[in-house]
Amino acid sequence: MNTSLLKSLATIPLLFSVLFAETGRASWDISSKFDLSTRIFTEDTRWPGQDDSTTQLSIAGSTEFRWRGEESRASIIPYLRHDETDDERSLADLREGYWAKEAENYELLIGFNTVFWGVTESVHLVDIVNQTDAVADIDGEDKLGQPMINLELQRDWGLVGVYLLPWFRERSFAGEDGRLRTPLPVDSDNPRYQSSDQENHVDLSLRYSHYVGSVDIGVSAFSGTSREARLLPNADGSELIPYYDQIDQIGLDLQFTGDAWLWKLEAIARETQNDSFSAAVGGFEYSFYQVADTAADIGVLIELQYDGRDDGEPVTLADNDLFAGIRLALNDTQDSAVLVGMGYDLKTSETYLNIEADRRLGEDYVLELRARFFTNASPQDTGYAIDSDDYLQLELSRYF
Amino acid sequence: MNTLTTTPIALALAFGISFAAPVTANAPADKGFEIAARSDRSDVGFGDSRVELQMILRNAAGQESTRSLKIATLEKADESVGDKSLVLFDTPRDIEGTALLSHARILEPDDQWLFLPALKRVKRIASSNKSGPFVGSEFAFEDFTAIELNKFDYRYLGTEACGALQCDVLERLPKYENSGYSKQVSYVDRQVFQIRKVEFYDRRGDLLKVLELDDYRQYDNGVWRAHRLTMENLQTNKRTDLVYQDYAFDVGISDRDFVKGRLSRLR
Repeated sequence: MNTSLLKSLATIPLLFSVLFAETGRASWDISSKFDLSTRIFTEDTRWPGQDDSTTQLSIAGSTEFRWRGEESRASIIPYLRHDETDDERSLADLREGYWAKEAENYELLIGFNTVFWGVTESVHLVDIVNQTDAVADIDGEDKLGQPMINLELQRDWGLVGVYLLPWFRERSFAGEDGRLRTPLPVDSDNPRYQSSDQENHVDLSLRYSHYVGSVDIGVSAFSGTSREARLLPNADGSELIPYYDQIDQIGLDLQFTGDAWLWKLEAIARETQNDSFSAAVGGFEYSFYQVADTAADIGVLIELQYDGRDDGEPVTLADNDLFAGIRLALNDTQDSAVLVGMGYDLKTSETYLNIEADRRLGEDYVLELRARFFTNASPQDTGYAIDSDDYLQLELSRYF
Repeated sequence: MNTLTTTPIALALAFGISFAAPVTANAPADKGFEIAARSDRSDVGFGDSRVELQMILRNAAGQESTRSLKIATLEKADESVGDKSLVLFDTPRDIEGTALLSHARILEPDDQWLFLPALKRVKRIASSNKSGPFVGSEFAFEDFTAIELNKFDYRYLGTEACGALQCDVLERLPKYENSGYSKQVSYVDRQVFQIRKVEFYDRRGDLLKVLELDDYRQYDNGVWRAHRLTMENLQTNKRTDLVYQDYAFDVGISDRDFVKGRLSRLR
């Protein structure tokens, strides 16, 4: 566990005391979730030091404390995860821990929060405020709570958000015994920064979002510490050190919604100390409703990914890839759904197969299946590092 | 003086055929619309409302599953514009915080956004899926949003007893695209002009579902609300009940509470 996490934990009692003083104890709404998860790896490990057991067990729990008053609200969501095999997957986080003041046309939020920006499914280019909890899942959709002062201004012509981000959260990387890692393990405890303020650099971000008819638009700007790290070898070449550049980035997300079509585009332009590049992902989702006279819907997704970054920049798998997927939603009482997706690198032929299936059991349990298969990577390809880490994951969640 | 009396007669004679014929042909349609409008307008001026309800889903074997939700509605006085609504789920726990924002329109598809709390993501969704089931229930999306007067063509079918009351029976045909129904038959009571029952016919013309609306109560502002809705699917024998708590009116919500930027800030 790194020091920034300990710091975040240290703020919890302070937050609680401030919030309870502000709100009184009585009206907090409390709900919890507990997850039991196992990964089953189907191939042998590739890199020295990796634990060669075929299963990896983890447990996680979170509790949501929410309070709402006349013109303010508060939320505290601590999250804990323990991984049996890889210490670096164990985590204590504060996903939310804020107090917000609401008024007629604005809201001011102070504390830890998670926000999501963007429209596409296969990669999230525009979403930049929160650090990715990369070891939780390779889909990049798990996030770490970000400390912020956030002012949102709602006007007839759209929503403007100003984000002051006073403290940086480091990305998580698998440990030496873990799967899904780089050939050399990453030393997460000694990150380096371009900024002399290191993790205390104050980042700034702005976002405007609105819709006009069938078009939803978001425009964003960010200046500060990159959420992605470059991985540089240490002095004796035994480990990799995360290095966080200062970046300036602008982003655009667009969606056109018409009949059963969703047309989506996300694009960014980023300037770092060594490179300036752009990246984009675009495509569509088309839905067939009540297939064969059942309640089920089938959605077809196609997205094309482009990323123009130099080799020296943080590595991405979504550089020149075609993503195709099919989503089946049964629309039954149990909300059963399956997504089968495939990513294909148009240059290197690396292929990534992803299956996600979810179903509610009774009223309080959810069962999830995840299957991820990586094939066709040659030793020089980015995906080669995780090419033997195909896995099935079963997760049972209990809600309280 | 002559001209004043003769001119209308002359005009009536000149336009006699085209004037008289539609009146006879449209009499059931006009009467149907009139009854529907009277029912719809008994609701005018409620302003805004909030209500909590339970949705009880029952399959053919009688197994039950319950969802609890809150609905906020903002009335749009102009009948050519639809109301705005916000549905927020409390249970099942795994979808707690999921919210659906709708800006209803009359003949074009509604604007709808869905908030997914696990990812804290707001998604604009295609609302052409009118006939799809709403959260696995026997209610379709259009059953929740299509109660605007001008979404249908009407025809008066007659009058018959409905429980202890007398009801006007109206056929209503969806004018909007992508409806799952070929027609609906609604029963509007003649005493306080509320809808007591609706029969839904599928695209093939077969009777698919029957909705019964019970436990009507009148509030201080004069409007009536049903507090128990039962939708029975006659083809699958599944059933969904909606059981409403008391409505709160004029709770001080406005357009700014029905914007997509609010969806992540509801709880």
